[in-house]
Amino acid sequence: MPAQPHTEAPHGAHAALAHHFDNLEQQREAGALGMWVFLVQEVMFFGALFLAYIIYRTKFPEAFAAGSNHLNWKLGAFNTVVLICSSLTMALAVWAAQVGRTRRTQVLFLGLTGLLGLTFLGVKAVEYTTKYHDGLIPFSGLFSPRGEVHFPADIPLPNIQMFYWIYFAMTGLHALHMIIGIAILLPIMWRAWRNAYSPEYHAPIELFGLYWHFVDIVWIFLFPLLYLLGANFHATAH
Amino acid sequence: MSEHIVSRKLYFMVFGGLMIGTLLTVLAAQVDFGAVLGPNFRVLNDVVALTIAVSKALLVILFFMHVRYSSRLVMLVVVAGFFWFGIMVVLTMSDYMSRGMIGQFPK
Repeated sequence: MPAQPHTEAPHGAHAALAHHFDNLEQQREAGALGMWVFLVQEVMFFGALFLAYIIYRTKFPEAFAAGSNHLNWKLGAFNTVVLICSSLTMALAVWAAQVGRTRRTQVLFLGLTGLLGLTFLGVKAVEYTTKYHDGLIPFSGLFSPRGEVHFPADIPLPNIQMFYWIYFAMTGLHALHMIIGIAILLPIMWRAWRNAYSPEYHAPIELFGLYWHFVDIVWIFLFPLLYLLGANFHATAH
Repeated sequence: MSEHIVSRKLYFMVFGGLMIGTLLTVLAAQVDFGAVLGPNFRVLNDVVALTIAVSKALLVILFFMHVRYSSRLVMLVVVAGFFWFGIMVVLTMSDYMSRGMIGQFPK
């Protein structure tokens, strides 16, 4: 479609149409594109950490398996299910706005998404607390495995410490993304309750959904790579 | 021309696929392919885990994130992002994994 140069929206155009766009379709496309450029930057951001993981795991395979065995894979699996459920409710929140469901339905799905996000963070807090009590916080001076934790004696402890550095860096930054996500979700819920979103205009819900699903994707990779490095072999732990 | 609206039915099917993938990845991790098939097959654990993870990520990207129904421009940006990550991993690892080979060549 040829661009129609104009400086103001034609009379009768939708109130949500910004004057620098030709139509709502173009406006929506520009928003999605911008959000994806941001998410590609996030791929680079997390990508560097995934690369660090690959390098050190290639270097210290036994240490990574031993460290992984002391993560609670059942809690990790539970959190995976929680995040997938939150992605479903997020997709349904976008759907509710697209088809013009009531503000009650929109806020319900957005609220469920936020509650599932908080559940994830709660489980994560329990896991971090356990790691603290087991002496597995990788800062120098704090890393001294104790209690029920016994690593094979032939694996150098600093190599296992490196696994925990990568575990805390990756899951910590992922959790930070969840916290930021919930903080962004609250004003979106408020505006949804004020009937701000309609089938013609729901960009904030749609674009926030992209962010939320991306954070889910990061966890889809973190779960097997961190928690499941041989749950059933090198059977030294529980 | 309005945006494509994905049906609730399809969302629930994608959700089911993600749940099945999660179950499969947990089950596959209980098997030590290296012990069952021989040490050369130890890498199969990673291959299986990553194949499932990539499949799950594709489901999320294509349907939950609507890329399946987006413009070619958006698809290009998405593919370029992950392709860049592939370049970074392949070039970096080809360096790390070939460092020991230097001594094999005459000076």
